[in-house]
Amino acid sequence: MSRQYTFIGKVGITARQLILLLITAMAIVPGYLMVTGSLKSQEEFLKSPWSLPMHPNFKGYSAAWNDQFPTWFRNSFLVTLLAVLFTIVLSASAAWGFAHWKWKGRDTVLGILISLMVVPPVVLLIPLFTLGANLGWISTFRMLILVYIGLMLPFSIYLLTNFFRAIPKSLTEAAEIDGASDFRIFRSVVLPLSGPPLITLTIVNLLWVWNELLLALVFLQSDEKKTLMVGITGFQSRYSLSIPTIMAGMTIATFPLFITYIFGQRYFITGLTAGSVKGE
Amino acid sequence: MINSAPTDYLFTTPRKLWVVIGRLRRSGPFLWVLPAGFCVVLIFGYSILDLVQQSFKYRGAWVGFENFSLVLTDPLFRTAIFHNFLLLFAVPILATLSFICAVLLFETRKGMKFYRSAVFLPYILPIPVIGVVFGQLLQLNGALNSALRALGLNGLALDWLGDPQQALWTMGGIIIWKEVGFGTILILARLISLPLETLEAARIDGAGFFRLHLKVTLPQLRPVILFYIINEAIVMVSWVFNYVYVMTNGQGGPGKATVVSELYIYRSAFQNKSPELAATAALLLLLATLIFIIGFFRIQRNLNKGPFDE
Repeated sequence: MSRQYTFIGKVGITARQLILLLITAMAIVPGYLMVTGSLKSQEEFLKSPWSLPMHPNFKGYSAAWNDQFPTWFRNSFLVTLLAVLFTIVLSASAAWGFAHWKWKGRDTVLGILISLMVVPPVVLLIPLFTLGANLGWISTFRMLILVYIGLMLPFSIYLLTNFFRAIPKSLTEAAEIDGASDFRIFRSVVLPLSGPPLITLTIVNLLWVWNELLLALVFLQSDEKKTLMVGITGFQSRYSLSIPTIMAGMTIATFPLFITYIFGQRYFITGLTAGSVKGE
Repeated sequence: MINSAPTDYLFTTPRKLWVVIGRLRRSGPFLWVLPAGFCVVLIFGYSILDLVQQSFKYRGAWVGFENFSLVLTDPLFRTAIFHNFLLLFAVPILATLSFICAVLLFETRKGMKFYRSAVFLPYILPIPVIGVVFGQLLQLNGALNSALRALGLNGLALDWLGDPQQALWTMGGIIIWKEVGFGTILILARLISLPLETLEAARIDGAGFFRLHLKVTLPQLRPVILFYIINEAIVMVSWVFNYVYVMTNGQGGPGKATVVSELYIYRSAFQNKSPELAATAALLLLLATLIFIIGFFRIQRNLNKGPFDE
């Protein structure tokens, strides 16, 4: 691309760089205040919230961690892992059913799935809570995991169906002629080709479950079952007199996501642009 | 005939069962779709039917449309819906900002990756964390106001979250802060995949930066921007619970300044113990989102390939 470096052109480039720097600053500032705030003392934070921590200390971190952070972490980890794992298995299987066979009513079912993607979870909250209460499953992980799986399935199936459909027919037909069963074709031809969309989908779903608040709040009412997001919501009011502790807690809660983001940025970005319909 | 019927039944059932199993094995797709289908029907199908059913009842007795008239005349519900409606004004702002950011990133070589990561960062942060951190920053004597006062802009140092006139707009600003990154990446991804020839041709014809992007780029990005707009509209109507819950301790305060429809449903069900009213409000919310679903389908059809398949 040829670009003329005239005077006006240079001014334009500098102006754009400046605007981008400003936008970057706005995006980063809350994170900066969170991390620096977590290392300060309460007085230091109140006096000069913007400065770097002059005498960094980790009291906030030890206070936060000694609260229930380990339990919340474990709960979030367990729920996220199981929900995402089941979702991936179920949606891959269903997507294969949609992509490999042409059956009557298939497109209608897919259309319904697409429209289910935009149903807000709060709409399902009351019926599912009644159901959970009748089953005696409130404050159990299995109820929450089941609900998460159900909510993630429409989008997951849709994404994988789109991908499976794009796999050249010649590949699956060759395997069919060799006498491979449907399961065999799925396992040995389709799955090995589907690494990137499966990783993308895993990340999108991980992010969603890890960050979900409303359903976790309602379905896990006992204290030792709380997930991280529910935990930190209450954390704020408990430590309202120690901002560094709050900030340390928030930093801890963000840390796993941040690490995943740094290492999996490529998948994050393709995933979330693919996962556009998920909203949150 | 009549006497032989029971034995017939005994003999045919296993055989029929085998036929059914055989058919299932050969019929392929259904076995593959079944487990997921069961989950979806249970979570969505059951819930929506139960929701409709609950919204016509009170303590198990059929009451017709009474719940609907109660909810629709409840001033709090109206306020909540009105707040969701006000939040919709953030959508055009989001679309504009995302478009500008995407074009700027597209036109920048130096440091593009860094800027891109930074712009996208807010989108990956958990909303509860965002809520808590902003809640601290936007206190009357918080970090933002102390910075504004230091710059001599005392007039701008508002009581962002404490003033009922202000709180909802602050909330909208925070949502914009988080969601802009998503739109930027979405539009940028599309922008990169556009054929370069048209852009180059327009550039050679002497189109400046602004003309180029408004007249050449923008029309080509229309589908993806529309998609983003619908997506964000759905967010504003039915996904803002997290912000409000975290920043106002589940109260929608100050006063009723930040009560939104989701919070209304949540509080009706779990704080006021009237699940019937909550169910009715939820049904109304579902009907409202249906409008967006229709729009969504329209765009899907126009895109024919969708903004996301490579």
